[in-house]
Amino acid sequence: MVGPGQVMVSDVVAESVAVHGFWTRSRKSGLVYLIVGLFAAVVFGLATKAGETATFTLSTKPGGAGLDLPARAFAIGFGLVCALTGAALLAGYFRRHFGATTAVAIVSFVLSFLCWQVAGNDLPLVGLAQQTLFLAVPLILGSLAGVLGERSGVINVAIEGQLLTGAFCGALFGSIAASAWVGLVAAAIGGGLIGAILAVLAIRYLVDQVVLGVVLNVFAMGVTGYLYDRFMQPNTQAYNNPPTFPAIHIPLLADIPVIGPVLFQNTIITYLAIVLVVVVSLALTKTRWGLRTRAVGEHPTAADTLGIRVRLVRYRNVIMGGLIAGIGGAALTVGSVGQFGKDMSNGRGFIALAALIFGRWSPTGALLGALLFGFADALQSNLSSLNSVVPSQFLTMLPYIATILAVAGLVGKVRAPAADGKPYVKS
Amino acid sequence: MSSDEERPGGGPADPDGGAPGTGTETATAPAKRSGPRAAVPGDAKRTRTGIVIDALTTANTFTVTVLAIVLALAVGAVVIALSDQAVLDSMKYFFARPGDTFAAAGHAIGTAYAALFTGSIVDPETLNEAWWGMTSWSSVLSPISETLTYAAPLIGTGLAVALAFRAGMFNIGAQGQAMMGAIGAGLVGFMVPWPPVIGVIAALLGGLVGGGLWGLLAGWLKAKFGAHEVITTIMLNYIAAPSFVTWLVTQHGVQQPGRNDPISKAVEPNAQLPHLFGSGLRANLAIILVVGAALVVSWLLRRSTLGFEFRAVGSNPNAARTAGISLNRTYLLVMLFAGVLAGLGGASIVLGNTPNAITPSVVGSIGFDGITVALLGRGRPVGTVLAGLLFGALQAGAGQMQVTSQVPIEVSTIIQSLIVIFVAAPALVRAIFRLRAQRVGALGQNLAKGWNG
Repeated sequence: MVGPGQVMVSDVVAESVAVHGFWTRSRKSGLVYLIVGLFAAVVFGLATKAGETATFTLSTKPGGAGLDLPARAFAIGFGLVCALTGAALLAGYFRRHFGATTAVAIVSFVLSFLCWQVAGNDLPLVGLAQQTLFLAVPLILGSLAGVLGERSGVINVAIEGQLLTGAFCGALFGSIAASAWVGLVAAAIGGGLIGAILAVLAIRYLVDQVVLGVVLNVFAMGVTGYLYDRFMQPNTQAYNNPPTFPAIHIPLLADIPVIGPVLFQNTIITYLAIVLVVVVSLALTKTRWGLRTRAVGEHPTAADTLGIRVRLVRYRNVIMGGLIAGIGGAALTVGSVGQFGKDMSNGRGFIALAALIFGRWSPTGALLGALLFGFADALQSNLSSLNSVVPSQFLTMLPYIATILAVAGLVGKVRAPAADGKPYVKS
Repeated sequence: MSSDEERPGGGPADPDGGAPGTGTETATAPAKRSGPRAAVPGDAKRTRTGIVIDALTTANTFTVTVLAIVLALAVGAVVIALSDQAVLDSMKYFFARPGDTFAAAGHAIGTAYAALFTGSIVDPETLNEAWWGMTSWSSVLSPISETLTYAAPLIGTGLAVALAFRAGMFNIGAQGQAMMGAIGAGLVGFMVPWPPVIGVIAALLGGLVGGGLWGLLAGWLKAKFGAHEVITTIMLNYIAAPSFVTWLVTQHGVQQPGRNDPISKAVEPNAQLPHLFGSGLRANLAIILVVGAALVVSWLLRRSTLGFEFRAVGSNPNAARTAGISLNRTYLLVMLFAGVLAGLGGASIVLGNTPNAITPSVVGSIGFDGITVALLGRGRPVGTVLAGLLFGALQAGAGQMQVTSQVPIEVSTIIQSLIVIFVAAPALVRAIFRLRAQRVGALGQNLAKGWNG
């Protein structure tokens, strides 16, 4: 029988070998990319019929300008690129540029897959990009809400509930007032209310924040579902028929080919989301508010010593986050189809949470994470319409699998703000 | 702010002279591996007397739980009243005749909660008729049977969440694990023409394996890559249902012949769970199975070395690792067991309730409800069984409530989530009812860990 002490020593040794030995993180990842890349080159390459072309259209009109690629060659080619980056990592190169190399590997793998799927068909790239941004908007706003709360030390798992409440309030009050703007404001307030409940219970009553977030999601689901059945369903015309925001064409910029239709022909909520990312990003690093937020999130006791009112900062941030997530919910109703449906947030709040972790708790990182998941979602719906051989149900798994892969270590060891999830109690 | 300052953690040391630190649990580093008995405080008699005296006036576990339920039902009553058409109509002339509003509200709440009771416990009218021989006794048992039928899967998933809580993990994946359990049980149940008894056992095992593997996957992702289980289990939920199950049940050989909607073949009668009170009532063997599972989990956590390790990891992973407990092994085993328990919950639906087939929505929301059940049960097996029975009764009653007074079934979801919020915020309940401060450990605290573990 081995004593506890010996076990500990051998554990430490094993760990240090794992950290400093041959199999570093980049080597392990390299091996994975190598295998996956070769798999792509062989399987996607062989599955593609020789002589077929994959068309990636750049124009918004059908039959417009586009790229015609020989599908088979490019499927194999991109697979080999992925394998090559893996081999380079395995050989010890590019260790400093692990992130960029990983990006190249993933992108080339996805392109290889696309060449196979699109062979003999065409994929509208501009439409894909438009959809990506459109689907990412609730995720961007949701993860931004998470950034605000968690940088100040309050974990927000209730993003899902805030999105749902926002979507509900947007549809309900937008219909009653027959104005999308009223819907937008009501959505923000609805999300803010859930944020306020979260704040009071987490900060004042010290409830476990992860548990609280999950239960608040159930609560939001119950309340919106109840009111939907009671009022919206029997009287759709009066309570669930809000006007929607039109796409705003920004003059001149909207006419730029490719970029114009993607970036400058969106609804007000999309512009708002992008502006908010920039504002929060700058504010976190450049303003007094940002410094205080980060101080409270990393070391509340030190912040308190300097006279910062820890709880006040947290209250403000969590409620502000709720307002933003509520706007994200509005993107699902008044920013999109208009009508509310039960559980229409459908896990987006949790994906926003993953985007937040993926983006390492920074607004720009969260934006990139949200766009990645938006892309997985957009790709899924585009490929389903191409009559892919992969069953559509497996394609709908794409965003979720992407999330698992992202959280399982493509981004390495992430570190949350030090005081994240810990209530502050003055001693 | 005064109520926050009395919170334990910085409180006085355990009077029993136990190791310093958290007093109530076996939180200390297991330096002596002499078994769980070493963790039990020595002076049991004093503690017991103390609890009896304090019980009535202090915010202890029992009073807070009862008051949380009362509060939640009160809020639920307000929701029912405010959404009632008669109440809303009479509100238009509230200042002229306020009595009308209160009468309408009283009527709405009264009929709704009466239906909640008659749908889940016993209907006095039926009882009276049965007493005089005008109806059969089985119709008296019908509400109880419904409650047990709803409760059984909830207890299964509740145990899955509770066990993970005790090891410091938050298993939000009971939903997906239950779905995979339902799939495993269903597939085994209709693929083979089973003989009696063996069929039930085989199908149940299929369910346990299906749920267990899905749980193990999340445990592996945590042990191997450090992926936080909250995120991975949520994603695994969405992968299992609706994506995977919809694909599966529309495959040839799985889909029920003659159907175009996603539904599998029905489970062989020999693989179905036997009914408890005759074929007229829905209650089946599932409730006995899950109570048995709760006893096993209870034994595991209290009496076995493995359970001791689980709790040690849950209390303080660093201390547990220092004492030679493998964290990775614990993560794998806990999630495996949790998946098995949730799988039992899912299997019990497919094998116990009509139409005995796999559909994308067959498990309902038992996984998410399991979280609330485990929280109300405070991560303890017995508490989970009681909480499961309560929520089972709520759901059975909500069905009756929807039939008799058109109150949407979601009211039970609202009440459930409120109960858990109040239970998790004892300081709030204390403040509302002006109870004396609690002396025992915090309720519902520190069950789940943040992103930094």
